Amino acid sequence: MGEYLVDVKNERLSFFTPAGEVKALNDVSIRLKEGEVLGIVGESGSGKSVTAYSLMGLTAHPGKLLGGELHFNGHQVETLSEKEIRKIRGNEISIIFQDPMTSLNPVYTIGNQITEVIRLHTDKTKQQAKERARELLELVGINEPEKRLKQYPHELSGGMRQRVMIAIALACEPKLLIADEPTTALDVTIQAQILELMMELKDKLGMAIIMITHDLGVVASMCERIAVMYAGRIIEYGTTDDIFYHPKHEYTKGLIRSIPRLDTKEHERLVPIEGTPVDMLNPPAGCPFAPRCDAAMRICLREMPPVTTFGDVHYTQCWLNQKEEMEKGASHE
Amino acid sequence: MFKYIVKRILLAVVTIWAVATLTFFLMNLVPGGPFLSEKAISPQAQAALEAKYGLDKPMSERYLNYMTGALHGDFGDSLKQRGRTVMSIISMKFPVSARVGGISVLVALVLGIPLGSVAALKRGKPADSIISVIATCGIAVPSFVICTVLMYFVGVKLGLLPTMGLESAKHYVMPVIALSFYPTAYIMRLMRSSMLDVLGQDYMRTARAKGLAGGKILFKHALRNAILPVVTYVGPMLAYTITGSFVVEKIFVIPGLGGEFIKAINGRDYTLIMGTTIFLATLVIVMNVVVDIVYKLVDPRIKLK
Repeated sequence: MGEYLVDVKNERLSFFTPAGEVKALNDVSIRLKEGEVLGIVGESGSGKSVTAYSLMGLTAHPGKLLGGELHFNGHQVETLSEKEIRKIRGNEISIIFQDPMTSLNPVYTIGNQITEVIRLHTDKTKQQAKERARELLELVGINEPEKRLKQYPHELSGGMRQRVMIAIALACEPKLLIADEPTTALDVTIQAQILELMMELKDKLGMAIIMITHDLGVVASMCERIAVMYAGRIIEYGTTDDIFYHPKHEYTKGLIRSIPRLDTKEHERLVPIEGTPVDMLNPPAGCPFAPRCDAAMRICLREMPPVTTFGDVHYTQCWLNQKEEMEKGASHE
Repeated sequence: MFKYIVKRILLAVVTIWAVATLTFFLMNLVPGGPFLSEKAISPQAQAALEAKYGLDKPMSERYLNYMTGALHGDFGDSLKQRGRTVMSIISMKFPVSARVGGISVLVALVLGIPLGSVAALKRGKPADSIISVIATCGIAVPSFVICTVLMYFVGVKLGLLPTMGLESAKHYVMPVIALSFYPTAYIMRLMRSSMLDVLGQDYMRTARAKGLAGGKILFKHALRNAILPVVTYVGPMLAYTITGSFVVEKIFVIPGLGGEFIKAINGRDYTLIMGTTIFLATLVIVMNVVVDIVYKLVDPRIKLK
């Protein structure tokens, strides 16, 4: 331990719904050092948020952790009691949610909602907590903080509210900030401001960030490492350069092809990934992406591919990569 | 806020006037009259009585007379209860009903809010099912059934509680149970559904992510949001309950206002009908204003205009 702030090993997590078991996470492993930014990308239901939430012990009912180890900052999260994990939440790990319009409690003032978390995790007095809240609002770039403290969420705009959410998240100077699609619900201009603010604060406070998004543009500009998730698995993992310049998995390649580019010729169409996401209640026996994969081989439909590594960081789960590497290995001999 | 209250008072005066006018004419459309029942009396005596109470005059004049009196706070004498003014009857009977009704509403709140919340928190578990069954029974079973069942088993068979009157605290138990059954059930259901709604809100997830303990999340973040529909319901419900229930008062022989309503209507006691109707209308209106103000206090998003 010690080396990594976050070290999740082979996490398996399922939701036991009335319709059957949904295997939300299958052998998910992520590692993150202090101050690093990890992007988790993938489509809806691929397990991005579930991975992050489970790290805070916030797995929603009826989800259940079935295996794996979740190390965070010297804690082994899955072994902690609810009481112990509450001391970590909001304190060592904080989270910003997708929709700032609904993430703040409408009946309490901004000040109340910020000081609440400060007073919970520190022994600051009411006055000190208020002072800290004012500082935080200033830090996240909200003007007239004194006035804002007394206002209610409905009196602020979406961008402002997300700044307040960030202030709440940073109140206790967390080691890890989880950002769950923090800009999806915001206007494009505000999106850029919020991302810029997050990066600025990261440099100032030195926290690590897990950025959950389906926007590849966001990860490209912010993250050092990227995990691409599909159907509850990390199907490709690497540095930002690995993912954008040397993508190996067909799904990642597809994602990158589907980004609009400035140098696209007129009349040239974007290339979408055909097909529909996996039915998580009845996942296929083999690679979950195989039914949508242009290059699928017979084995892809039958068996889950093993991990193929390229260098220290970069790895994929793909038969095609496995085959290529084996052929490469064979030709070397 | 001040402007709002002034506006509401003005509006209330108009509403009460409308209620009074409607009641006055509708009541006079109903066949019969206060002095027709009982033994036949001589036409002369009847004419004398009608002259005494002004019933011989044309409707429009009677209406004007009544309204002028009411504006001056004079609601007239009861036509059936000799020597009593309408005001004296209301001021004598209302406190009795208000006490029984007030306790019932309190019981309904004290039981309904926690039980409804528990049902929501334990959704789909046995506790939820039990509470839902009780709530359905409470809404479906009419109060006279509850009264008679209570009276028969608790009062007569077991002899645990007195079955009539209001002399001691013990006397209050059965009427209060009977009166609070329906509102308790209703509040439980309201609370359950609004709590379920609130529990699924994003800000509850935020509260959890802050590391708050379950109790604090529930009492601080959930309850205040979930209680709004109950506030709306309790206002008018309180007005109706404290003015007495005819059925419950009749069965447990409670000398309250609920009985007076029905007696007044059956006996065509015109002045008493008017008096009690205006009284109830005023109470309902006042409660609605109180609800609006409480609403504003609970939820800052609401603007009183």
